[in-house]
Amino acid sequence: MKQKRNWVEILIESLIRAAGYSAILFVALILIFLLREGLPALAEVKPDSLLGARWYPIEAHFGLLPLIGGSLIVTLGAALIAVPFGLATAIFIAEIAPRWAREILKPLVEVLGGLPSVVLGFLGMLVLAPIVRLTLDIPTGLTAFTGSLLLAGMAIPTLVSVAEDALDAVPKSYRDAALALGATKWQTIWRVTLPAARSGVLTAVMLGIGRAIGETMTVMMVTGNAARIPTGLGSLFLPVRTMTATIAAEMGEVANGSTHYHVLFMIGIVLFLFSFVVNVAASLVVFQQRKRAERLLS
Amino acid sequence: MSRQFTQRLVFALITLAAVATVTPIVLVVGYIAWLGLPAINGEFLSALPRDGMRAGGIWPAIVGTLYLTLGTAVVAVPLGIAAAVYLSEYAKDSRLTRAIRIAIINLAGIPSVVYGLFGLGLFVLFLRFGTSIVAGCLTLAIMTLPVIISTAEEALRAVPQSFRLVSVSLGGTKWQTIRRVVLPQALPGILTGVILGLERAAGETAPILFTAAAFFLPRLPNSVFDATMALPYHLFVISTQVPGMPIRIQYGTALVLLTFVLSMNLVATLIRSRARARRQW
Repeated sequence: MKQKRNWVEILIESLIRAAGYSAILFVALILIFLLREGLPALAEVKPDSLLGARWYPIEAHFGLLPLIGGSLIVTLGAALIAVPFGLATAIFIAEIAPRWAREILKPLVEVLGGLPSVVLGFLGMLVLAPIVRLTLDIPTGLTAFTGSLLLAGMAIPTLVSVAEDALDAVPKSYRDAALALGATKWQTIWRVTLPAARSGVLTAVMLGIGRAIGETMTVMMVTGNAARIPTGLGSLFLPVRTMTATIAAEMGEVANGSTHYHVLFMIGIVLFLFSFVVNVAASLVVFQQRKRAERLLS
Repeated sequence: MSRQFTQRLVFALITLAAVATVTPIVLVVGYIAWLGLPAINGEFLSALPRDGMRAGGIWPAIVGTLYLTLGTAVVAVPLGIAAAVYLSEYAKDSRLTRAIRIAIINLAGIPSVVYGLFGLGLFVLFLRFGTSIVAGCLTLAIMTLPVIISTAEEALRAVPQSFRLVSVSLGGTKWQTIRRVVLPQALPGILTGVILGLERAAGETAPILFTAAAFFLPRLPNSVFDATMALPYHLFVISTQVPGMPIRIQYGTALVLLTFVLSMNLVATLIRSRARARRQW
């Protein structure tokens, strides 16, 4: 009887172990299948065409630069909006707000995190784009800026919750020491709490940006999808086409195994690498922080 | 400018920014509810679409989203909880464990449309599942996995070490300890994570674009190898691809999707706050 139970436990424990390893397996599978379907593009399209300035697949122009540029400018715009507002919200929730305001704000930010991107894109198209067009007096409201506004909304929940955790993790004694030395509450936040939470706040910003660059439906619905290389901040107010929107809009119409199909997977590889770099960098910051905390405690 | 004045000024600005951040959330939900409610009636919720989706109901899309969410849960919940148990109860601090953690962080960051590409490459084409519910569920499940693993692991780690020691000292094996002591104590936290992960899966469009979604299917799917309509994709279709679509139906669909997703959010919040109030340690 006892023998049998051990046998069952060994089975269960090896299943649990396998489940733990599965995360590595899935990342490997994702990479393998992106490479398998995407790498043929390198053989079919000349490198100078891939690095060209035109994305016009019907005439075999597969320049990725306008799409990469489009993703970058929309994300940059989103970061410019999300970082100040997100950090202010995190500081307000963690340091300033009375308890009742915190109890209202935290669930609201979570609701924002739960809004499906297609719903935001839908409202962006019907409500926000006309507002942008009228306020800025430009020919179309379907611009990079409209996308940035909505993407900022999608990045803020991630940013707020990670930054707020980082601020919460700063020991109370730090604040008490600053206040006892006669610093005001704001001086304490600015000179003590924020610097102490620096790496966590940085992680929050990077994870928020990572969320923004990968967003698809919202961007496809509100940015106008015109493939051109952005030339400056002024391009924020023109239509752009991002990498994610290109994949989503065109994959349904291409023949499996065609050059266009392979190039779309190539864009997927580029997106995978972007998110890999951003997320691993963000996690390295966290690992470093943990090590420093261990040093301080020992 | 005195320090007190600076503080008052900065606090006012921060408060203003926080209010400016959360006000649009209330406006968005309120606006969709206001314009969507008139469309909601028995027929809208239970009938098939008619007239090229310009009339009738959205029943197949509702059912499709239910199927996709349940299918995702069947795959992702056991796998995610098992992986969390491994990380919290078995894994040592080794290079392999660190590789697993980096893999999870990486999975969490991969754009949803890239999951769609992956699902197309592996499940739809390589494994020949076709555009189907099963391909969509597997794709969504892998996307949901990191959310479930990290929240479940956090919940498991929050169970005090003394609980485990007591169980082991009473003669319980490691697995008995996990099953009878650790998992039940961590259940509310795990449930919260599971629901939040599934909420994300239910609202996603990009991963099912090329793996599961049907533009228009005037019937319910017959098997898991059928394509299906789904609420998020349906909202995308009727707001961008169908000319002359009545605005009422668009807002109605958005409201149904929003209600579906936000009620999951609400359940997760309730479970969490109840568990916090009842916690014995």
